[in-house]
Amino acid sequence: MSDAILKLDQVKKTYTIKQGLFGARKPLTAVNDVTLSLEKGEVLGLVGESGCGKSTLAKLLLGLEKPTSGQVLVEGKELHGLDRRALASRLQPIFQDPYSSLNPRKSIYDLISLPLRVHGVGDRASQRKAVKDILEVVGLPQRVMNTYPSQMSGGQRQRVAIARALVMRPEIVICDEPTSALDVSVQSQILNLLAHLRRDFGLTYLFISHDLAVVEHLATRVAVMYLGRIVEEAPVADLFERPRHPYTRALLSSVLTPEPGKGVPETSLGTAYPNPINPPSGCAFHPRCPLATAHCKQVAPRPVDTEGGRVECHLHDPESPMYQKDAA
Amino acid sequence: MSDITDPLTQEFQAPSPREMLKQRAKGHLGLLTGLGIVGLLALVAIFAPLLAPHDPYAQSLMTRMEPPVFLGGDWDHPLGTDHLGRDYLSRLIYGARVSLMIGAIAALISGVIGTTMGVAAGYFGGKVDAFVTFLINVRLAMPVVLVALAVVAILGGSLTVVICVLGLLLWDRFAVVMRASTLQISRRDYIAAARAVGASTPRILLTEIMPNIFNNLIVVITLEMAHAILLEATLSFLGLGVQPPTPSWGLMVSEGKNMMLFEPWLVLIPGAVLFVLVLAINLMGDGLRDVTAPENRS
Ligand SMILES: Nc1ncnc2c1ncn2[C@@H]1O[C@H](COP(=O)(O)OP(=O)(O)OP(=O)(O)O)[C@@H](O)[C@H]1O
Ligand SMILES: [Mg+2]
Repeated sequence: MSDAILKLDQVKKTYTIKQGLFGARKPLTAVNDVTLSLEKGEVLGLVGESGCGKSTLAKLLLGLEKPTSGQVLVEGKELHGLDRRALASRLQPIFQDPYSSLNPRKSIYDLISLPLRVHGVGDRASQRKAVKDILEVVGLPQRVMNTYPSQMSGGQRQRVAIARALVMRPEIVICDEPTSALDVSVQSQILNLLAHLRRDFGLTYLFISHDLAVVEHLATRVAVMYLGRIVEEAPVADLFERPRHPYTRALLSSVLTPEPGKGVPETSLGTAYPNPINPPSGCAFHPRCPLATAHCKQVAPRPVDTEGGRVECHLHDPESPMYQKDAA
Repeated sequence: MSDITDPLTQEFQAPSPREMLKQRAKGHLGLLTGLGIVGLLALVAIFAPLLAPHDPYAQSLMTRMEPPVFLGGDWDHPLGTDHLGRDYLSRLIYGARVSLMIGAIAALISGVIGTTMGVAAGYFGGKVDAFVTFLINVRLAMPVVLVALAVVAILGGSLTVVICVLGLLLWDRFAVVMRASTLQISRRDYIAAARAVGASTPRILLTEIMPNIFNNLIVVITLEMAHAILLEATLSFLGLGVQPPTPSWGLMVSEGKNMMLFEPWLVLIPGAVLFVLVLAINLMGDGLRDVTAPENRS
């Protein structure tokens, strides 16, 4: 854990939600006391259902949102004290929806060269060359430079977004569900591209997805998120072989059904996702957990270290009355 | 890694957004009509000294209230003369200057004020937004005509005063529309991407947000231009706008109203021109909205 280049230290993000015209303002905790580190060269997969706070976590890491409490550390230094532009050259995002992440008024050349222009890298000729090179890297023909996003397909747009993220050669790329807005056939192309780029440029990824199958394909380590908390963290093989948290098991069983890649079917999890404004007491997962007891309703589990990871569940906490030595 | 179904590797090339805009504009009758009329009137206003057959201020007590040619007048005064014997056509032509100048400058002033407020409110949110929303509500609670009348009554009517009063009063719609558009655009991921790249706030506002809300801005500009022109005419008609002998269409209606029962054309001609100008500006605005809207959605 020593060479973490990006680290969240007990980070909490609370939004204030106003319901209705005269409704009271209520706090919504999107990310709740998360401690997570990203080590150089790894691909950390972050999985969880829609609304569990994955994108908020990504925005916190990118410095686009300020944590309500806790710290985001880049190589041990507090992110908000760092120069915005210095940070930008090390850390870049790829967003979920390539229809929203590309400014429709700008040509592809303008879009991809924006980072170079903002940072004043080189002269016009060298910027042009850099854009040409990166287009080739992401597998787009040169002549798209003068076209606009509306003239492209979703997969091509996502390639443009990847080109923009990589043109400054950052070390870390935060991919927020980069394939979930794409056709299934295009998804695998983009995933393969991301895998190649990682090898060629030695990138570190935080790879967010609600789809465990995608994460298995790409990640080296996986963190499972539920209602703003990381409930389990483990190396990828370990997580798929020996899932510890009941939520992880539920997610896995849905992947192992004959229809992979269809997201999380509600059937294996019973009741619907809880409202983040009124989170359940005790363990947030207890209303949906097949193994929950009265203890889970009252006491929130604490994080317990496992080999190579962590889990937050009473069944795995030796100090909890519910501890089972070989919880299976 | 090349897609087999990649449309860009084939010879087919979809039109660029600008080409599509041009195509849609060419097929829009209302937009073309509006643009044509406004353009024509703008040319008339610019070249007024060349086009006007007479001095618009020259009085001639011998030839008072001559009828236009179509009511039996002669070609020396194609639209007749007013109660002081001034050539009606020449006054109408110079009046276009007053109307268009007031419309354009008042819309420009209020556009700058309202756009600045609206974009700031939409982008920064929080306290800035609360403050701007408060200002908008205060402004909306004031009746424009009454405030304008009061201010002009205190300061005295003149072209400059009317332009300034209207410019400082008509920014509310700019602020409302620009705030809403900015709010919508700020949520797009490309704004987050620009911030993640390290772009400065002015750069984001000018190069990422403004180009995407510009079409809405144009539409509001046309609406407020028409609004300002009508308000000027109203103020001038009430004697609290542009002061005589300046040729203003509102003033011409006002001066002609005493004679309305005997010489109705004194009121009808400036009234009709005013109507046509405002209609044309509104056609233009509607057309621009139609032409730019589909792109805005994508
Ligand atoms: N700007 C905001 N203001 C208020 N609430 C927000 C804001 N952004 C996110 N939230 C809330 O925070 C919670 C987490 O949202 P987030 O976008 O991080 O989820 P997610 O895991 O990325 O979901 P998805 O898979 O749908 O993208 C949601 O309940 C959402 O409504
Ligand atoms: Mg998300």
